[in-house]
Amino acid sequence: MAVLICCEDIRKIYRLGDVEVQALRGLDLSIDSGEFVAIMGSSGSGKSTLMNILGCLDQPTTGRYWLNGVDVAGLRADQLADIRNRQIGFVFQNFNLIPRTSALENVQLPLFYRGVSLREQRVLATEALCRVGLQGREGHYPTQLSGGQQQRVEIARALVASPSLLLADEPTGNLDTESSREIMAILDQLNKEQGITIILVTHETDIAAYAEREIVIKDGHVLTDRRARSVVPLSRPEA
Amino acid sequence: MLAFVLLTVLTAIRILGRNRLRAGLTMLGIVIGVGAVIAMVSIGEGAKAAVAQRVASMGTNVIMVLPGSMTTSGVRGGQGGAVTLTISDGMELKKRIPLLRDTGWGKRDVMQIINGNKNWNGTVNGISPSYLAIRDWSFSSGGAFTQQDVDTAARVALVGQTVVENLFDVGEEPVGAIIRIKNVPFHVIGVLSPKGQSSQGSDQDDIIFIPFSTAERKVFGTQFLGSVGALFASAERSEDLAPAVVQIREALRIRHRLQPDQEDDFMIRTQVDIGKVQESTSETLTVMLFAIASVSLLVGGIGIMNILLVSVTERTREIGVRMAVGAKRRHIVIQFLIEAVTLSVVGGCLGIVVGVLGARVTTVIAGWPTIISAETVLAAFVFSIAVGLFFGLYPANKAARLNPIDALRYE
Repeated sequence: MAVLICCEDIRKIYRLGDVEVQALRGLDLSIDSGEFVAIMGSSGSGKSTLMNILGCLDQPTTGRYWLNGVDVAGLRADQLADIRNRQIGFVFQNFNLIPRTSALENVQLPLFYRGVSLREQRVLATEALCRVGLQGREGHYPTQLSGGQQQRVEIARALVASPSLLLADEPTGNLDTESSREIMAILDQLNKEQGITIILVTHETDIAAYAEREIVIKDGHVLTDRRARSVVPLSRPEA
Repeated sequence: MLAFVLLTVLTAIRILGRNRLRAGLTMLGIVIGVGAVIAMVSIGEGAKAAVAQRVASMGTNVIMVLPGSMTTSGVRGGQGGAVTLTISDGMELKKRIPLLRDTGWGKRDVMQIINGNKNWNGTVNGISPSYLAIRDWSFSSGGAFTQQDVDTAARVALVGQTVVENLFDVGEEPVGAIIRIKNVPFHVIGVLSPKGQSSQGSDQDDIIFIPFSTAERKVFGTQFLGSVGALFASAERSEDLAPAVVQIREALRIRHRLQPDQEDDFMIRTQVDIGKVQESTSETLTVMLFAIASVSLLVGGIGIMNILLVSVTERTREIGVRMAVGAKRRHIVIQFLIEAVTLSVVGGCLGIVVGVLGARVTTVIAGWPTIISAETVLAAFVFSIAVGLFFGLYPANKAARLNPIDALRYE
């Protein structure tokens, strides 16, 4: 399988006044395309920083990061925006939908910035909403949707751009068990059926159990990296 | 890119529509600014046009030559004090200077005029027949006198509207009537069409024209036969006025045998000179208007900037999301600029409506003439776009410079 992500000796240093905080201290990581990876770690371990760097939202202080063979470190802000737009989908913990904007328009957003024609935006966005089971809710505003539904809109928005990488930052953190199960089922299905690489950040072991690989981060580097498939504790609906 | 801009405009309208009160209050500054400018410019233009009309009422391309001051034993006689211009000057100028279409002359004095049991003190002007054509006088009834009337010093008179109103009863026909000027009976042969105020503000219709020779010999009495109060000339085209003035000056200096070191004993005025005085007045008005416009648009612009800065802060998370899904800096800049321009343009359009209504109301209530030109409206529109762009730039840049991570985490 092709290597999607390759990180070499990544360091990230924040300066808070006079204090230097080393969030990442020489982290190495390699993820193949099609993998379903869970990243775990306590707060302050550096996993959020890692996610930001992997998602091209932030740049490492030193070190190299190849995404799909492209050296991302050192690209300009607009080039990073382009990579986020075409290759990366985000699912955030706190349902970052644009308020007072319909589900359909939220999903259209990445295509809008890519310069796709309006008609195509509509078609693709409607299709993406169907894939997460939200057909018929295109016109709903975020406030008219439940937490689980909002999260599904976010997944649709991440999907619509057909990214090679989907980053989910505690996607079930604010959801009840039932909704969590639905969301995880969708993510699992995307990974299995469409081969989208998923990197999932979570605290919960039962959520992490969906992944085939579990990476634990501690003090800015990889503590353990297990490539074992545990038994899925929750039943998955058949596609 | 076009689709992007179009959609962004729609988004901007929707976002502003959510906060109608806020958007409305923000726009108010622009509405008042643009409205005030439109109303005042249209009043200014109306006044200018009225002035231009008055200047034009002098005639077309008119040059006036007035006698200068005369110095006797060191005492300077003041304007028009000298008796330096004559009929032969006038005739000579016409002969010598081909640029002049015609020349005429006149001499005026205020006299008592009597018709039956009514009397009136009005300006009596003894003129050459050419004077009427030069000054563009026309008749509402009757007609002009002829060269023959001048040659025979006929006692015929042309009366202006103000004189008619004061000497004749309503409905009484002046043409054919006999009036007395300084007790000399005159036969009224024409009534002049009204001209209204002159550019100096005097009533041009308070006038009686009689043949120059008659005035000289039978009414005014004069020390020097042939001396005139003023010479008038008309040029074919307005471009000819300036060279004609130079040529008139040269010709008169030679005729009056003036030495190079001597001052002119006459003064030459053209319509252009008179128009200039009026223009400088309206220029002052324009400068004042511009100052008012700048201040109100500045205030309006600051209002827009303020509300956009609030909006950027409120929507920090949204900006973060947009950046995460691939919005580039320029997308964010354009989005906020479009919101600013939408505010200012909607405000500007409302302002144009308010201004036009204001001008109409001024005309109806105060009776001032107003002119709303397409240029003014267009300028106001363009200016409101410019205000939006200018004052939107800072908030838009502030939004675009946000770090996506910080923006996403913003609470």
